[in-house]
Amino acid sequence: MSHSEQTAAQHGAHAHGDDHAHGSHHVLPRWLLLGTWAALMSLTGLTVFSAQYHLGAFDVPIAMTIATIKGLLVMLIFMHLAWDKGFHSVLIFGSLLFVWLFVGFLLIDRGQYQGSKTQFDRDVIQSQP
Amino acid sequence: MSHDHGHGDKPFLAHHFEDEDHQFDSGKLGIWVFLVTEILFFSGLFCAYAIYRSMHPEVFVFASKALDTKWGAINTCVLLFSSLTAAWAVRNAQLGQKNRLVMNLALTIACAFGFMGIKYVEYTHKFHVGLKPGDLYAPVEGAYPEKGHGHARAVTVALDHSADPEAHDVAHEAGAGEHPVQEAHAAAPEHAADGEHGHTMVPWDDPRVPTEIKNRLKIFFGIYFCMTGLHGIHVLLGIVVFFWLLGRAIRGHFTPTYYGPVDFSALYWHLVDLIWIYLFPLLYLIH
Repeated sequence: MSHSEQTAAQHGAHAHGDDHAHGSHHVLPRWLLLGTWAALMSLTGLTVFSAQYHLGAFDVPIAMTIATIKGLLVMLIFMHLAWDKGFHSVLIFGSLLFVWLFVGFLLIDRGQYQGSKTQFDRDVIQSQP
Repeated sequence: MSHDHGHGDKPFLAHHFEDEDHQFDSGKLGIWVFLVTEILFFSGLFCAYAIYRSMHPEVFVFASKALDTKWGAINTCVLLFSSLTAAWAVRNAQLGQKNRLVMNLALTIACAFGFMGIKYVEYTHKFHVGLKPGDLYAPVEGAYPEKGHGHARAVTVALDHSADPEAHDVAHEAGAGEHPVQEAHAAAPEHAADGEHGHTMVPWDDPRVPTEIKNRLKIFFGIYFCMTGLHGIHVLLGIVVFFWLLGRAIRGHFTPTYYGPVDFSALYWHLVDLIWIYLFPLLYLIH
């Protein structure tokens, strides 16, 4: 391989990226790979740390917020969505929206029965000798 | 296009694509659509989790004691590192760095085996103490180890213990006593149906607790095994895919203009990591 060919190969990705409006051949720099990984590890530490404390109603929202930040880091950087075609983001975030609706509507529906369920538990436990 | 594979000096360019970018873009769209189906596929299990946890938070608080946070955290780190090596492998393929590509693919496979090894240790322990899925659920004595506050905490569990200081008082008093188990048992019935704050407490270890309520614990393990099991199957499939990539990388198939398979497999691997990012706090970090 001649020097010019080697250079072309090394920069081929960039050259092809320039041909497209969305640059689907973006190469992640080393600092960004390592920085993202370090952030993910720190957030894992944070979620384990925060779980040591009893924050009551905030437990689940805090854990889910940290998980979502981690998920966004993975999707936007490791999965290249930040530099990828917008349509791929529409697909994936669209599916996540439907998951959110799916879970959300089920929880709204289930919330209607909370009182009767709790009363049932009390009755069953109290009825024991 | 004189022969089957079409494009002369581009052995991996399929004949139905105009050029390498056309092939790459088509593959990329395909993998993203596949990942969408994967997310929707897993969402059913997340719904089951959400419904059951909202109905019976006390089941999750108690049953998750059987999961070891240490192993869950280590496995999270293992998967995050494998995501790093997978993303780095894509960079290596884009830049035509064959040896580093092979190394990063091998590291990813090693991490995947590490993850499954730890899962094997966890599953084996659960089966050993009888915490099996479905009707096989039959916990032995001590199947629910203690985390932190001594035995009494396992005995008296509030639906929303942080809002109910009484539960903690009972737990600490009982734990400080000479016979914590008996004292806690004695304390349990009167608090079992404490309706003052609208929270039901279930004294799981009390023999008087009816079986129909105790059996709710097995639903947690049904959910646990389904979610981590389906995730584990995806890790196993990832191992197969990455071995295939490794073989092709060693044979020098991937170039800066043909690295689609590395990119697409890495996307799949990141999704597997993404699902675990949610599973870890949802299953292991409950209290």
